[in-house]
Amino acid sequence: MTAASGQGGWEAVIGLETHVQLGTASKIFTAASTNFGDDPNTHIDPVVLGLPGTLPVLNEKVLEYAVKAALALNLQVAEHSKFDRKQYFYPDLPKNYQISQYDQPIAENGWIEVEVAEKGKDTYLKTIGIERLHMEEDAGKLVHAGSDRLAGSTHSLVDYNRAGVALAEIVSKPDLRTGREAAEYASEIRRIMRYLGVSDGNMQEGSLRCDVNISVRRGPDEPFGVKVEIKNMNSFSAIQKACDHEIARQIKAIEAGEPIRQETRLWDESKQLTKSMRSKEGSSDYRYFPEPDLGPIEVTAERREGWRGELPELPAAKRHRYAEQLGLSIYDARVLTDERAMAEYFEAAVAAGAEPKGVANWVTGDIAAHLNASKLSITELPLKPQQLAELVGLIEDGTISGKIAKEILPELLAQGGSAKAIVAERGLGMISDPAAITEVVQELLAAHPAEVEAFRGGKTKLQGFFVGQLMKRTGGRADPKLANRILSEQLKG
Amino acid sequence: MGIAEWRGQLERGEVSARELTDQHLARIEAVDGTLHSFLEVTTERARADADRVDAARAAGESLPPLAGVPLAIKDNLCTKGIRTTCSSRMLEQFVPPYESTVTERLWQAGGILIGKTNLDEFAMGSSTETSAFGPSRNPWNPERVPGGSSGGSASAVGSGECVAALGSDTGGSIRQPAAFCGVVGLKPTYGRVSRWGLVAFASSLDQVGPFSTSVADAAELLQVIAGEDRRDGTCLQAPVPDYTAALKAPVKGLRVGLVKECFEAEGLDPQVKASVLAAAAQLEALGCELVEVSCPRFNDGIATYYVIAPSEASANLARYDGVKYGYRSEQAASLAEMTARSRAEGFGDEVQRRILIGTYALSAGYVDAYYKKAQQVRTLIRRDFDAAFGSVDVLLTPTSPTTAFRFGAHAEDPLAMYLADLLTIPANMAGLPAISVPCGFDDGGLPIGLQLITGVLEEPRLLQVAHHYEQAARVMDTRPSAALVP
Repeated sequence: MTAASGQGGWEAVIGLETHVQLGTASKIFTAASTNFGDDPNTHIDPVVLGLPGTLPVLNEKVLEYAVKAALALNLQVAEHSKFDRKQYFYPDLPKNYQISQYDQPIAENGWIEVEVAEKGKDTYLKTIGIERLHMEEDAGKLVHAGSDRLAGSTHSLVDYNRAGVALAEIVSKPDLRTGREAAEYASEIRRIMRYLGVSDGNMQEGSLRCDVNISVRRGPDEPFGVKVEIKNMNSFSAIQKACDHEIARQIKAIEAGEPIRQETRLWDESKQLTKSMRSKEGSSDYRYFPEPDLGPIEVTAERREGWRGELPELPAAKRHRYAEQLGLSIYDARVLTDERAMAEYFEAAVAAGAEPKGVANWVTGDIAAHLNASKLSITELPLKPQQLAELVGLIEDGTISGKIAKEILPELLAQGGSAKAIVAERGLGMISDPAAITEVVQELLAAHPAEVEAFRGGKTKLQGFFVGQLMKRTGGRADPKLANRILSEQLKG
Repeated sequence: MGIAEWRGQLERGEVSARELTDQHLARIEAVDGTLHSFLEVTTERARADADRVDAARAAGESLPPLAGVPLAIKDNLCTKGIRTTCSSRMLEQFVPPYESTVTERLWQAGGILIGKTNLDEFAMGSSTETSAFGPSRNPWNPERVPGGSSGGSASAVGSGECVAALGSDTGGSIRQPAAFCGVVGLKPTYGRVSRWGLVAFASSLDQVGPFSTSVADAAELLQVIAGEDRRDGTCLQAPVPDYTAALKAPVKGLRVGLVKECFEAEGLDPQVKASVLAAAAQLEALGCELVEVSCPRFNDGIATYYVIAPSEASANLARYDGVKYGYRSEQAASLAEMTARSRAEGFGDEVQRRILIGTYALSAGYVDAYYKKAQQVRTLIRRDFDAAFGSVDVLLTPTSPTTAFRFGAHAEDPLAMYLADLLTIPANMAGLPAISVPCGFDDGGLPIGLQLITGVLEEPRLLQVAHHYEQAARVMDTRPSAALVP
């Protein structure tokens, strides 16, 4: 069942091409820095500029990152692959060809599992096929004066800082059916890349860019329709909205008897619609041929398995484990595993002996809110996971109440430290001695003879008043169950 | 005189580096107006470098092997701070901010840069006639071409304007001009020498190598420039053997293969054939065994080459678009027009012809019939060589089917010009080392070259056989006189 199929039996077919900037310190074929946001043309060298006589040499870290990404996406890594030249003239491409991989990519034929969650709908799991992953170099950036594109500008400036930054291009199979699925797929790719540490996946800075290919058909058994490419989405919500908008546009056009043109459209975030950029009919001839300046890429089974051994537990596996072994809700598992650092924090607290559900509540609740408000990452938090485990343990074993825990939390979040020590030092431990509570209750009843009489006269609602007064007198430390029982006994007289 | 002799004189103080440099600068002054071997003579730098060598020697420092030796460099090898034009309008004002690996190693070895030499534009040609700055001339007869594309380096060495020189060889661009100018020219194994700083023509074929007046000098220069370079991913990591030491080993018992197809090639000048066969007989007299071998695909090399080399060139030369550096047309209304006009005005006819051929050969619908087919034939050529080296140690062929031709001889027929590379191309296709050594003269007094080819990284064997032949034949002792040859 898919969202679009609700619209008169229509079904959308969506595939994503995701460009992930691999976060190596230097570029794919030279030592120039990959740092983002610096002055234009400060991270260039003769190789980046493609000056005559310069040669590319593969950065081995790029190969490692690409293979790790491929393994995490369940792709088959090729023992032998190669680079090719993809040729087209454009000023952001210093050599007027891009070193890419054409018919022998580093990895092919994989899949990931995506959890599709949408408000008001059941969350479901879906396996999305991945066609291939290949390595290539990024292009530079053009800034056009007097127009938002080359045509019509008075002049254009080019910044080659980005040129030669390593990219992994990940091509999905056309397995996605809704905007939500497309957004979840893209966000799972980002999550995996961040878990691996091979990319920061920052969409605003362009380290993760998605192009969507989308067509519609009248049902799952119909042939694919004419596909349209959409670019320029810089958030997952933009991917979702662009897909949904484009699906609706295509359906409307076909139903109105207008043919869909093969074209590239741009998502306009401000207007919330897609608009035509250029026709793709008569596909470009890139005149690919093997890159003679780079030797074959060899990845032995030994090397591949070595890298596989370095992979962390991935988000999907964590989600399953949290739900099945730790008994967490799907929602909690999803929130906790969104960022590797948060999952690791959670796991460290559980490893320190705390009960998982309790830790999960604190991490996804008060701690997440605090991090959000203070713009901290969880690794910067002064409260260490072992210290959180201590706090949770004090609640579990009845040493303190949840209320006390919340009271001392701000201090722990700000400075860290031992909850046990704070409780002991300030005498915040729960009063569980019946004699001590009985004594306080008797004092309390003596101080409120009128209320006692009213209670005994049938005004049993006053029980709440006495509980409140009792907590006040004990600073909230009285064991609530015990206090209620003793209070009831004493009130009966 | 060779490098070892000059080094002896320098060490004994019989000549200073400055005097040696000035002698060669004077020679350039005297003959280069006719020969046009050089695009730029680096007089001041050469003198300053020579003075530094002399000062170091006076201070008692131990000096590297080429200290004070004046060298010329083909102008497609990048020299930091010195224009590197590839004989093209496109790069007429291009000054590289980096040094090629080979030249860097020469300067570290004490070599003195005396100037940058002329070539066919972007090394595309066999005569220097495609140079945007006018051709060079053959020192044996200025009415004849010096060969190409490294014609300027060949004529500079042949005329004594420098002690030795570097060129580059994609399909014969070192060996053919060496044969035409009566000097030694060596193309090493593909990957033996770094290509960093060599302006690319056809990346899978290009290789830098030396021009010299003797095989021993070629061995010395190879010793300096060969070896691993982290800036070139295609450069081999194999250790560099002692090439000079290898020269001495006796050649008795070595098997020399005469490639049958070469001697049957269409257009082979009978005088060239006779001279090369006489050289083979000389090797037999030295104790080598002559064996006729067949490389059935040898003559297919040229058709294969003229698909693969232009294909790679069409991509390698795409960067010259007038955007970042190089020639930019001023008469363009749009970016596309700027690129198109810059390339139409900045490149000469031969370069444009090859870009067109290569672009065509890689285009959708043709790439299988041309580029991929050519790569398959290339594999077959390699296998022919492998089979031949199963039974012989070294192969022997003429270097060029003819001696130096007249200017304009092939002006109307580019295909005839391409045939000049017929015998040299197969070694590039298979990545093998090959050397051209002078072996005689035709009846017009023009030099003839003999080509020897060995297996991958067998430069020691190649140089050894060439050296023994050279020392036995002593071709230079009985040469005809020529005004521009010392």
